[in-house]
Amino acid sequence: MKIKLKLFAMLSERLPAGSENHTMELEVPEGATPRQVVQQLGIPPELATLTLLDGVHLTQRQREERVLHEGETLAIFPPIAGGRASRPAAQR
Amino acid sequence: MSWARKLLRVDLTRGTCTSEPLNMEWARDYLGQRGLATRYLSEEIDPRVDPLSPANELIFATGPLTGTTAGTAGRYSVITKGPLTGAIACSNSGGLFGAELKLAGWDMIIFQGRAATPVYLLLLDGKAALLPARGLWGMTVWDTERWLRKEHGDAHMKVASIGGAGEQGVLYASVINDEYRAAGRSGVGAVMGSKNLKAVAVRGTGKVPVRDAVAFRTVTAAAKKLLDESPVTSGALPTYGTNVLMNIINETGGLPTRNARDVQFEGASKISGEAMRDVVRSDGQTNLVHREPCFSCTVGCGRVSRILRTHFSVKDRPQYWGDSGGLEYESAWALGAATGVDDLEALTFCNFLCNEHGMDTISFGSTVGAAMELFEIGALSEAQVGYPLRSGDAHALVRITEETCKGIGFGKEMGLGSRRLCERYGHPELSMSVKGQEFPAYDGRGIQGMGLNYATSNRGACHVRGYAVSSEILGVPVKTDPKASEGKAALVKAFQDVTAVVDSAGLCLFCTFAWGLPDISAQLQADSEGDFSVENLTRIGERIWNLEREFNLAAGLTGKDDTLPKRILKEAARTGPAKGMVSRLDVMLPEYYQLRGWSADGIPAPALLARLGVKQLHSSAA
Repeated sequence: MKIKLKLFAMLSERLPAGSENHTMELEVPEGATPRQVVQQLGIPPELATLTLLDGVHLTQRQREERVLHEGETLAIFPPIAGGRASRPAAQR
Repeated sequence: MSWARKLLRVDLTRGTCTSEPLNMEWARDYLGQRGLATRYLSEEIDPRVDPLSPANELIFATGPLTGTTAGTAGRYSVITKGPLTGAIACSNSGGLFGAELKLAGWDMIIFQGRAATPVYLLLLDGKAALLPARGLWGMTVWDTERWLRKEHGDAHMKVASIGGAGEQGVLYASVINDEYRAAGRSGVGAVMGSKNLKAVAVRGTGKVPVRDAVAFRTVTAAAKKLLDESPVTSGALPTYGTNVLMNIINETGGLPTRNARDVQFEGASKISGEAMRDVVRSDGQTNLVHREPCFSCTVGCGRVSRILRTHFSVKDRPQYWGDSGGLEYESAWALGAATGVDDLEALTFCNFLCNEHGMDTISFGSTVGAAMELFEIGALSEAQVGYPLRSGDAHALVRITEETCKGIGFGKEMGLGSRRLCERYGHPELSMSVKGQEFPAYDGRGIQGMGLNYATSNRGACHVRGYAVSSEILGVPVKTDPKASEGKAALVKAFQDVTAVVDSAGLCLFCTFAWGLPDISAQLQADSEGDFSVENLTRIGERIWNLEREFNLAAGLTGKDDTLPKRILKEAARTGPAKGMVSRLDVMLPEYYQLRGWSADGIPAPALLARLGVKQLHSSAA
């Protein structure tokens, strides 16, 4: 099964040479989840900060449970934002 | 005590410079910079004044932390009534100028009146003088800076000035300092031009003492460590700059494209922060040369770029072959996605021009996007423009930029901004603006909270009045669904109030990627006298927001101005995760008013103003 994989910022160095629009086609096993794809690529989980499936943000749980389908686009961003905080800014 | 405790009042009509004590009671209540200057402005001018008349004032203001060794503490703001919006205007800039003003011993400068002939203000530490600027009038920002440094024999002199845009009254003209740092928005440069004030040149050799030096060293060191540890402020921003956002906003379907006709741009990756580092040019070089930090900043998100010499925009113009300020995200979006142009070198050239001539890239790029749509629907003819002005045409973009900067050809009309331009050509609905100010690089259909923030921002559409994107897209401090309208009123209010504190402290907004209010509070407490506890800072932020609101109401704005362009409210997004969606401002705005303690018409309740200690400025009958 093939999906489209997009890697951005520091992660884009892992794309094959000549990749356009930050995109590569990737063969993944049937039933694969986004987390398994990240493991397959050898990307440390802490570097896959933002994960979008067809543009929609996936929670940590969804990354572990959502089964990918043929032709879907998985986009992974390293920490572009995000820090130590877990409380709203106004309360920090 | 980090305040110099004095301001400089410059009466341009009379040609006088007078030192006055800073109102320390107001400084405790409004912190500094944005808040404090708004307090002065609202006391000293009638909010109904014509922004370009001598009766308006122009204030350069620092915060209590500006010029100290706190991380990112190099900011200053320019506060006035804005000509683009008729609302309160406050434009914030980095670089080195703000700190230099403080090191010269001044907390604030208030310009009033209008000089009979062009002048500039020279500040050499505590000495202030107004000098004739006849020879400077007509010079670019870059030439003005060079001339002043040479004239005064000081290579370290810091300058904030206007270019041709401010002189000609382009309604979104900026004040530029340090060659490419901009107090960019709302036309503060046009107000400066209307006063015949070309530049402020300053040299400060003093120090900024703090209340408790030992405690200050400890807390600022701890805060800097947080900046160093955050993957954002020590990784993504230094490496890619703010333009690292281009791809992610595009992927999430929130990138207004071709005057917001689309929400995703097929050329986004070509103009992104990553692309600025890619070796794809024929000269084997990257667009990005190096990064450059502002005063006391360990982040260093600023970009310095160099244009490919053989590119059509500069091949016959060696004066643009050198290094200068590179594309920030908002500029790359405005000059690129908003116009449909994906030529990184052309965008860099247009960015250079906007800096050189002192023009806000956001309002300018969005106005070009609107003009392109007017042209494409036949409301604007080739005879009127002088050439085809189609989306995606890099040559047309470069030409219209040059014409606007120089005030020639159709560029004269571009200086009106998109609202007035679109009204003139019969399609006011095609201006992507709120209160007359063009919105930036986030679409209110795919990013609902940002739409509410645009609608309610006191200086017209603006991303840095309440950066809800931080939560909705980036997940900071908590991830919220960008498509949801529920909960966004509270989110936006919280962001707006905290941002008012950051802007008034003298800090850069980016510090909040690593710091919360307790971190800022600790630094302010060691820095200045006053109650800067988290609780009181929250109250100060709300006080500032409501004072700005009162100014706007007194200026004649109403709740009806808290809206979005028809396109964002009625035309559904065509692609991406938000496909089929419009902004749900109708749901979010009433809840926002309620949370603010405002009436259904958007009027702050007298009890709220009394609790905050804000004087009611608008007439009750308004």
